[in-house]
Amino acid sequence: MEMKTVKIKKEKGVNRHKRAGTLTYHLLSLPAVLLSGLIILIPAVQTIYSAFTTWNGISDDKVWVGLQNFRELFQDWVFWRAVMNNLKWTMLFVTVPVMIAMTAAVIMARFHIGSKSFQAVYLIPYLLAPTTNAIIWLNMIFSPNGGLIGFMQKLGWQLTSPLGNLDTALIGVAMVDIWHYWGFLTVIYLAALRQTPGDQIEAAAIEGASGWQTFYYVYLPNIMPTVRLMFILITIYSFCTYDYIYLMTSGGPAHATEVLSTYAYSMAFSAFKFGKAAAVSLVIGVFGCIAAFFYTWFSRKEALE
Amino acid sequence: MADKVKKKGTHRPKSFWVAILVLSLLAFLSLAPLVLVLINSIKTHSEILKNPLSFPQKIHFENFSYTWEVGRFGEGFINSVKLTFTAIVTGVIGSSTMGYVLATRRVKTWKILTLYFMICTTVPLQMFMLPLYSLFVKAHLIGNVFAVGAAIAAWNLPMPIFLMRTYYLKVPYELEEAARIDGASTFQVFLKVVMPIVSPGIVTVACIVGLFSWNEYLLSTTLLQSEKNFTATLKFLNLNGSFSRDYSVIMSGAVIMVLPMIIVFLLLQKKFIEGMAGGAVKG
Repeated sequence: MEMKTVKIKKEKGVNRHKRAGTLTYHLLSLPAVLLSGLIILIPAVQTIYSAFTTWNGISDDKVWVGLQNFRELFQDWVFWRAVMNNLKWTMLFVTVPVMIAMTAAVIMARFHIGSKSFQAVYLIPYLLAPTTNAIIWLNMIFSPNGGLIGFMQKLGWQLTSPLGNLDTALIGVAMVDIWHYWGFLTVIYLAALRQTPGDQIEAAAIEGASGWQTFYYVYLPNIMPTVRLMFILITIYSFCTYDYIYLMTSGGPAHATEVLSTYAYSMAFSAFKFGKAAAVSLVIGVFGCIAAFFYTWFSRKEALE
Repeated sequence: MADKVKKKGTHRPKSFWVAILVLSLLAFLSLAPLVLVLINSIKTHSEILKNPLSFPQKIHFENFSYTWEVGRFGEGFINSVKLTFTAIVTGVIGSSTMGYVLATRRVKTWKILTLYFMICTTVPLQMFMLPLYSLFVKAHLIGNVFAVGAAIAAWNLPMPIFLMRTYYLKVPYELEEAARIDGASTFQVFLKVVMPIVSPGIVTVACIVGLFSWNEYLLSTTLLQSEKNFTATLKFLNLNGSFSRDYSVIMSGAVIMVLPMIIVFLLLQKKFIEGMAGGAVKG
């Protein structure tokens, strides 16, 4: 009886506020809606439209050409090279940093060490600007003059910069990006691992589970939602990756490190073919949308229910 | 309890030392390039060329003041502060209001707004950058650090919104209710009752937005254009282009870029980690 009255009271309360205060809530949603609408939504719609036109970015002339931009793209080998490189990049990023970060996070969680000291150290490269990191690696490590590789060459080692070689350039850039990125993943995985219920870990210890068994049967199922979410986010980021590639190789040598975003950028700002660049952006957007669908699917439960 | 004492005692299992070894190795890999930069920043160009691994024979602190001058870092840091400050204010206003709307769900549009901002999380920069560039050209905003700061904040709005939302969800409903009974309007409740409780969340959002906009590259370089408007990161990139023959300039410039970040991070470490983990870990 008492419970019932309380419930009714609460419902009444909500209703009253609904009547009195929706205007305020609408006003409160304005800053974000206006900001995102002006900077993201309207330009994004323009991008979609421009992809079917011959826009040069400067004049307002946009001649509708249908699918011509896309037809031209699909006949360009550089476009396909870029798509392949994005796929390779994705493959590298959903494996290498994930494994390093998982190893570090599981060790820290299991032995209760380094959650402050080691974690902070791993995070430092992630905090630095891509420009800073790229310049450091270009000059300090990869340079044949003052860099580590150049010095080792002088000592007689058979080493060359991976960035100058067609086969290794992409891996060379990815190496630097991974160096800067994996610490961030470690922080995320460790935070998720910490939410593993203590009694489950204790039970596993009493049952005599090995380290690997504890990881596979206790930790992993608990952090799976986070692992899955990060997998999707990494995929999305891999399809719009730009900074490190442009800063270190600008897509070269001979388009060996060209990805969709560098391709779109040079199309727009070197060739002034904004329409065609918009078409490339749309391709990136489609890849992003596929991943976004899964992202929304997985996080929908948490935010919408 | 007894188990814990044993663990803390002298008999640590072999696996513990292997774990320490692995973690230390990873720490070495993270720091080695930065330590190399630090050592070489106080050497002369020819010393670096001779052997990048050697310690300096004489410490050249004047490298820093010289680099600061030729790289025009003073101007760059002022631009960075302006841009970052604008981004933080914009981001905090946008996310603290929208986060509240999404957490309270009192407007019918909350579902559409939630979906919209979820999709925005994954929208690549290329999807909106080209029309945004031409909008900036038309509005004569190219080179305006404040406008670019606001644009960076808009791009990075979704994550802070959802972060703020989780903070608002933890605010007890009774507290808002009590304030309403006392006659407070919705806006007063939001500003005077709820905001103070979620202020730790606001600091976290400010840290994350600040870090991102300070480091941002692609949007800044596209929309700032001329050298006098460049942020510190872009000034350093410029310096790398014009002084590529002098390694002591590049290395001391790198230290100028790295050191402030590390100091700020050590001061606000907890907030940074909270913000990063909060954006991705599902409770």
